[in-house]
Amino acid sequence: MVDEKTRETLDIWVAGTEEPQFQPTDEGTQEFGLDETDARLDDQFGRVVSDDYVFDDEVADDERMVVNMGPQHPSTHGVLRLQLELEGEVIRRTKPIIGYLHTGMEKTAEQLTFSQGPTNVTRMDYLAPLHCELAFSLAVERLLDIEVPPRAQAIRVLMTELNRISSHLVALATNGMDIGALSMMIYGFRERESILAFFEKTTGLRMNHNYIRPGGVVVDLPPGWKDDVAAILVDMPQRLVQYDDLLKDNPIWLARTEGVGVISPEEAIAFSITGPALRATGVDWDLRKAFPYSGIEQYEFDVPVGENGDVYDRYRMRVDEITESLKIVEQVMDTMPKGDYRIGDAKITPPPRARIDESMEALIHHFKLFTEGFKVPEGETYMAVESPRGELGCYLVSDGQARPYRMHTRAPSFYNLQALPITMADSLVADTVATIASMDPVMGDVDR
Amino acid sequence: MATTAPGNLLMTTVERAANWARTRSMFPATFGLACCAIEMMATGAAHYDLARFGMEVFRASPRQADLMIVAGRVSQKMAPVLRQVYDQMPDPKWVISMGACASTGGMFNNYALVQGVDQVVPVDIYVPGCPPGPQSLMHGILTLHDKIMAGEIRV
Amino acid sequence: MSPVLEQLAESFQSVTWEVSHGQDVARVPREDWEAFARAAEEAGFEVCLDVTAVDWMRQRPERFEVVACLLSMSHKLRLRMITTVGREEPSVPSLTPIWPGAGYAEREVWDMFGIRFEGHPDLTRILMPDDWEGHPLRKDFDVGSVPVQFKASHQVN
Repeated sequence: MVDEKTRETLDIWVAGTEEPQFQPTDEGTQEFGLDETDARLDDQFGRVVSDDYVFDDEVADDERMVVNMGPQHPSTHGVLRLQLELEGEVIRRTKPIIGYLHTGMEKTAEQLTFSQGPTNVTRMDYLAPLHCELAFSLAVERLLDIEVPPRAQAIRVLMTELNRISSHLVALATNGMDIGALSMMIYGFRERESILAFFEKTTGLRMNHNYIRPGGVVVDLPPGWKDDVAAILVDMPQRLVQYDDLLKDNPIWLARTEGVGVISPEEAIAFSITGPALRATGVDWDLRKAFPYSGIEQYEFDVPVGENGDVYDRYRMRVDEITESLKIVEQVMDTMPKGDYRIGDAKITPPPRARIDESMEALIHHFKLFTEGFKVPEGETYMAVESPRGELGCYLVSDGQARPYRMHTRAPSFYNLQALPITMADSLVADTVATIASMDPVMGDVDR
Repeated sequence: MATTAPGNLLMTTVERAANWARTRSMFPATFGLACCAIEMMATGAAHYDLARFGMEVFRASPRQADLMIVAGRVSQKMAPVLRQVYDQMPDPKWVISMGACASTGGMFNNYALVQGVDQVVPVDIYVPGCPPGPQSLMHGILTLHDKIMAGEIRV
Repeated sequence: MSPVLEQLAESFQSVTWEVSHGQDVARVPREDWEAFARAAEEAGFEVCLDVTAVDWMRQRPERFEVVACLLSMSHKLRLRMITTVGREEPSVPSLTPIWPGAGYAEREVWDMFGIRFEGHPDLTRILMPDDWEGHPLRKDFDVGSVPVQFKASHQVN
């Protein structure tokens, strides 16, 4: 029973006891104007198939059936909708339909200042938020022509590599769960908790951290961070052995993933696929080696490359990349330079909170930076980082104001999805789930 | 006539028994949209276990679910789908709006998002956060359980 | 400038080259867009990373800029191609015959800006609903925010 005191403290609204002050209004409600009989909406409701499935009566096969998968579906990794043209159990054609998570982030970015930008960008690829923030911050720093201090660069590398591990854990977890290895879901999220606990300690949030901002990082690493990271480094290799015991030589796993969803290197390059999906086809291309950023060239690591470009190889890519990221994290931990965690330029980074009480200048700088924001000189640039899904780039155009004129993100999952119609043609419906899971699309990235 | 019941007999009302059954085995429908979906999955995972409340089975089909946790931002294109899934759920059904974007549109006050999912479906519990941690979501779910047990939400 | 780009510069005299913050940018007139793209692909730019647009509204003589980011894995080079189109019925030749990977990006530019791509196999809305009117990322399309309402909530003592 919810008693009066609990109700007051928790501010629970109880049915039938409307407060006189609160009257529901229509202010701010949006007009929908949905006419359910409108033929143009049939597409969205899945009643009628969209434009390229025009059935030609002479050619149409009685055997073919169009089935809609998603957008609300347990295995489509978010709100992805696929229209499958099936002949029995075999897929003849498929059309991915996206846009169900379109958030207008690029329009919002034009309303936010450059230091508010990471809050917006971080919610794009919500499994690798630090990578999104890093791409944006690197683009802003390129336009400002500044270099962040070495400690800031090392912290950025540490956090993004840990983020790569946590993102691959989700990919492995959902990949396993979709194919049937339900324990993989539990294992993956269990490991993720220890990394998220470290993120919460450092940045304040488990996800969507808003930690990497233009100029460096927001706060320094907490005291005792080395112990936390060392604990992760000790735990993870043992767990990876556990995952391998479950999946690597499992005959069911091999039967469901080997030879499934094959992409050839030429197709991958033609469709602008990047990341583990490209490396699984045999192309050795990693932005951390080709166009290094944020000081990552100081650390020694290998880039795993696959052979066949099937689901099994993409799964192996992710497991191997976790091992390589652990190596990088260990090297960063051992060689973390001392110094500033953000650039000392008072026009860009806010002053420490304690200084605001002492110095008038600090107070004014703080005020200007958080109301108006710092102005970025005119120009345009494109900076890309290697996110767990591929090349995540930020194309930034500034016209000298405190807000971006145009901010566009090159989202890796957007392009990785273009390969789906090619890989899924003439494959079975059951392989669809395995293929999508292995491409690891994050719909926030796709739709922005 | 005996005025005290023997020890192996439970007496209750039908409403209380029904509410108890409904809360202790509420099946959520998978409606994870964006970042909040990941936190919802984390709530169902081993560390913050939802199975102890009988809720770890996320039913894919709305026909078999009674709770819809709208986890994430609802775009203009998704709103009709959301309504359709809600309509397909049989009574009694409840809706938890998880996160800032589902409750009010969040930080994205623009053309692309529905500013609050309560413009499309009736909501019982709003869970704030961006994203709300598993503990916040569980507090929201348990508050819903309390409200149902108390009979405050009439179905 | 690297030899690959110098060779491209020789073949296309109408293209102006600049270096923007350390990155090579080629400003291509609209007539040469497709030819330059083909030449770039043959010169070794195997991947078209991104196609996007910028709406300059009244600040520039031509309203829209279409930007294509290219990548050469074999030469480890990046190149940005930029062209301009006016406000009346803007259209640009599509890059999908050369790089199929530009397909979704061009659909997004059509959806968000209203720039047509001639020769695109399926130029339909991709992010917005099919019956949406207007092109959201144009500068004359309002951001569409609603006034925020603060409900008077139950006061806690």
